[in-house]
Amino acid sequence: MRSAEPNNRWLQRLHIDGQLFVALIVLGVISAFTVYSASGQDWGMTQRQIIRIGIAFTGMLVIAQIPLSTIERFSLPLFALGVVLLLGVLLFGESSKGAQRWLNIGVATIQPSEIMKLAVPMTVAWFIAEQGLPPTKRRLAAAFILLMIPTLMIAKQPDLGTSILIASSGIFVLFLAGISWRLISFFAVSIGAFIPILWMFLMRDYQRQRVLTFLNPESDPLGAGYQIIQSKIAIGSGGVEGKGWLQGTQSQLEFLPERHTDFIFSVFSEEFGLVGVIGLFAVYGFIIFRGLIIAMRAQKVYQKLLAGSLTLTFFVYVLVNIGMVSGLLPVVGVPLPLISYGGTSMVTLLAGFGLLMAIATNKRLVMHD
Amino acid sequence: MKHKRVTIRDHHAEAALFARRVFVSLIIVVATFGVLLSNMYQLQVVEHQSLQTRSNDNRIKVVPLAPNRGLIYDRYGRILAENRPVLSLEVTPEKVADLDHTLTQLQHILQLTDDDIAQFHENRRRERRFNQVILRDRLTEQQAAQFAARQHEFPGVSIEARLVRHYPYGEAITHALGYVAKINSGDVAKLQEQGKSANYAATRVIGKLGIERYYEEQLHGAIGFQQVEVDIHGRNIRTLSIDPPVPGQDLHLELDVDLQQYAYELLGEERGSIILMDPRDGAIRAMVSKPSYDPNWFAQGISYAQYQGLLNSKHSPLLNRSTQGGYPPASTVKPQIAVLGLEEGIINSKTKIWDPGWFQIEGVDHRYRDWLAWGHGWVNVVDAIVESCDTFYYELALKLGIDSIHDHMVKYGFGERTGIDIAEESAAVMPSRGWKRARFNQPWYAGETVSIGIGQSYWTTTPMQLAVGTAVVVNQGQRPVPRLLAAIQEGEVKLPAVVESREPVVLKNANNWNIVKKAMDLTVSSIKGTAHSAFKDANYTSGGKTGTAQVRSLGQEEEYNAEEIAERYRDNAMYVGYAPADNPELVIVIAVENALGGGGSVAAPMARKLLDFYFEQEQQHAQRRAE
Repeated sequence: MRSAEPNNRWLQRLHIDGQLFVALIVLGVISAFTVYSASGQDWGMTQRQIIRIGIAFTGMLVIAQIPLSTIERFSLPLFALGVVLLLGVLLFGESSKGAQRWLNIGVATIQPSEIMKLAVPMTVAWFIAEQGLPPTKRRLAAAFILLMIPTLMIAKQPDLGTSILIASSGIFVLFLAGISWRLISFFAVSIGAFIPILWMFLMRDYQRQRVLTFLNPESDPLGAGYQIIQSKIAIGSGGVEGKGWLQGTQSQLEFLPERHTDFIFSVFSEEFGLVGVIGLFAVYGFIIFRGLIIAMRAQKVYQKLLAGSLTLTFFVYVLVNIGMVSGLLPVVGVPLPLISYGGTSMVTLLAGFGLLMAIATNKRLVMHD
Repeated sequence: MKHKRVTIRDHHAEAALFARRVFVSLIIVVATFGVLLSNMYQLQVVEHQSLQTRSNDNRIKVVPLAPNRGLIYDRYGRILAENRPVLSLEVTPEKVADLDHTLTQLQHILQLTDDDIAQFHENRRRERRFNQVILRDRLTEQQAAQFAARQHEFPGVSIEARLVRHYPYGEAITHALGYVAKINSGDVAKLQEQGKSANYAATRVIGKLGIERYYEEQLHGAIGFQQVEVDIHGRNIRTLSIDPPVPGQDLHLELDVDLQQYAYELLGEERGSIILMDPRDGAIRAMVSKPSYDPNWFAQGISYAQYQGLLNSKHSPLLNRSTQGGYPPASTVKPQIAVLGLEEGIINSKTKIWDPGWFQIEGVDHRYRDWLAWGHGWVNVVDAIVESCDTFYYELALKLGIDSIHDHMVKYGFGERTGIDIAEESAAVMPSRGWKRARFNQPWYAGETVSIGIGQSYWTTTPMQLAVGTAVVVNQGQRPVPRLLAAIQEGEVKLPAVVESREPVVLKNANNWNIVKKAMDLTVSSIKGTAHSAFKDANYTSGGKTGTAQVRSLGQEEEYNAEEIAERYRDNAMYVGYAPADNPELVIVIAVENALGGGGSVAAPMARKLLDFYFEQEQQHAQRRAE
């Protein structure tokens, strides 16, 4: 393995996966440039974003130093703490923009759902790994219940995007653990059968309307369809080569809403075109590929499941965000990972990559290799 | 869970199972990226053109640019209508957080009236969103300075410089020049009908009267466009391209503004009209109608109260007396009657009648009185003009008959529009049997023909018609069309206006012109002439005819005393004239309503002063040209 080469020894000692680290730095740079453009060339916001990237990278490196045994041991307590805090949010949480996501714990306000983004894959992985692969049906059922508790609590806030990501992280553990294809098919068919029931009996009118708008945004170009139409105009008008950095008219002239947060991909596509998009996809693809390699090479089942789940959840992040801004998926509030303006998801994501690096640079793994 | 199952775990089987799942995941990831990428290809390559267009539709707005209105000059290049930048306080309501609070504060700082605020709300209704709305027009420098010092406190409020039409000579020239005012719904409908509304997309004012209205097309120019990039708030970010407007053409008028002002002042507090026209080509040198009003009121936006005041004034300042005022011509048309009498052979230059001071139709008791109660004695046609003997014309008219008089007089243009280049003109009345039948459903009476002989009865003329009628006499039949426009500026070139004339009055015996013209010369030069005293010691020759028009018929034995009867029943004083006597270059018409005196005592002296002034000016201009 390359990490065994002499010039990478010091990286090994610092628990840094060089390839992953470089790829993440590239995303950080792209983020700084794109936020600067998307914020209307607001240097203050860009500075704050750069500081956040710095903090998040520091957090990543700190977490990478934690021994894996400690991480495994803290999985369940972290999960328990998360559930308590989520309960706190539901009971005493602070609202903003119609959703109750934040909890004031005296010294600061925190968003417990972010803890769960790590705690759920850690705990489910721990729970499955304890038994070994493939898991029994009983254990699977228990694991499923385990992951549904925070998922439903977060969906109730409501924060659909985060609950999807958290459910995914748990389900990916189960999938990687070798849940039988028969069971997978059963779930797929059940969900398929559930959709008409959901549509006809469970959804409210406004929710149906939202789905219809997603399917045909042009039916409501000034209302709910506005965001997605403007986003597609931004992406499409970028063409192959893009309009150039800071030259995107859709973003610079503010036709594009939420341009520095959830819709930052549209800004990027408008200004850097298809060429830039392919480059960005390559970086994301590389990170996902590298994460899966780390998962494959991990020695213990817990590490494999955790690394694999974190990587695939990162993939879902990318998929949901790009899918929604380009009109393939309904708009749920998921930022573009490591690029959108905002600190919370950045810190959590890089903390996840800290775990990946801890797994990647586990000494025993290297010695076996 | 404390039992150690780890011991029986097959690590290799676990790793293999996991590896298979990772492999499946990888395939899903690759496939999903493929879908995302093909969607990007669809948007950025396949749909690129149409989305690019929609992106441009978002950001590019086409803003129409109003052309600058052409300027108007007098014959010596003095500016009569110009476009002045004025400072106005403008508010973009959409950009103001608390409009009421802002207005209250501005009202306090700039001492705005409640009317200003009300007007603002009115203006606001008419403007499009994100457009600036005028809060206060014509800021004083002090107000502008007061606002500028605190501008930072008022986002969305700014001082703008706009071009506003300004008439430096104000009310002295209103009825000739007219004015521009805000385009109203009636104008919009008319422009649409004419297919011109696109050209007016950016224009705020339109010519409503006079020259400004008649030559609207030339003065307006052609609209321009600029493409601007706007953001989602409608703010202009930058200009992408400009297709500049074509400014309106400048007009050069025949008017001499010094003469115009002098004539305006000359009328003093009187109501009436003064016209000075070159009989050779119809060029109007001065055209005054009094009372007048300041055209700048309209150009700057007249208030309702101001407009109502003008509209309801009993002195009708809005009426253009020069072209719309119907005055009995009185004795000023005796020359034309005389021409007809000579032409018809009813009289010749030697025919004399006895004037006892009155005229009677045979078998009728009614006496038509001469203005000279004791009569003029024996008079021929020349004396009858010089002394303005009424009796001579009573008899002549009766012999001619209304049909003959009517048919002859319409050849001078009486009873029809002169065709001057302003739209405000009336035809006045040249009565005939047919006219009276249509108007009153009554037959024509011989007695009315008698009155027609001295330009009374139903006969009314506008001063402009009198100017043309007089020009025909001095031109020996040639009938000019009065004209204010001298030339249109076409780039560097002055394009002269078309000089028009109507069908001339042709006489069987052209010498009849000379007889009548001679009589008019003598009206001024002969000691017996009614205009003699007015023109005593003038250093130029001239001719003319006085007239004193009754606006109310008197009882048989009633004595007329101007000072005693109500002002509005007083006679109108009229004068028509020309100068110099040989080859006249100027025809003059003066009409003074309800004057304290007649044509000879009121109107003729005015003509004298005006002609004095004119020749003095001409001399100075000639000197200046010589230098």
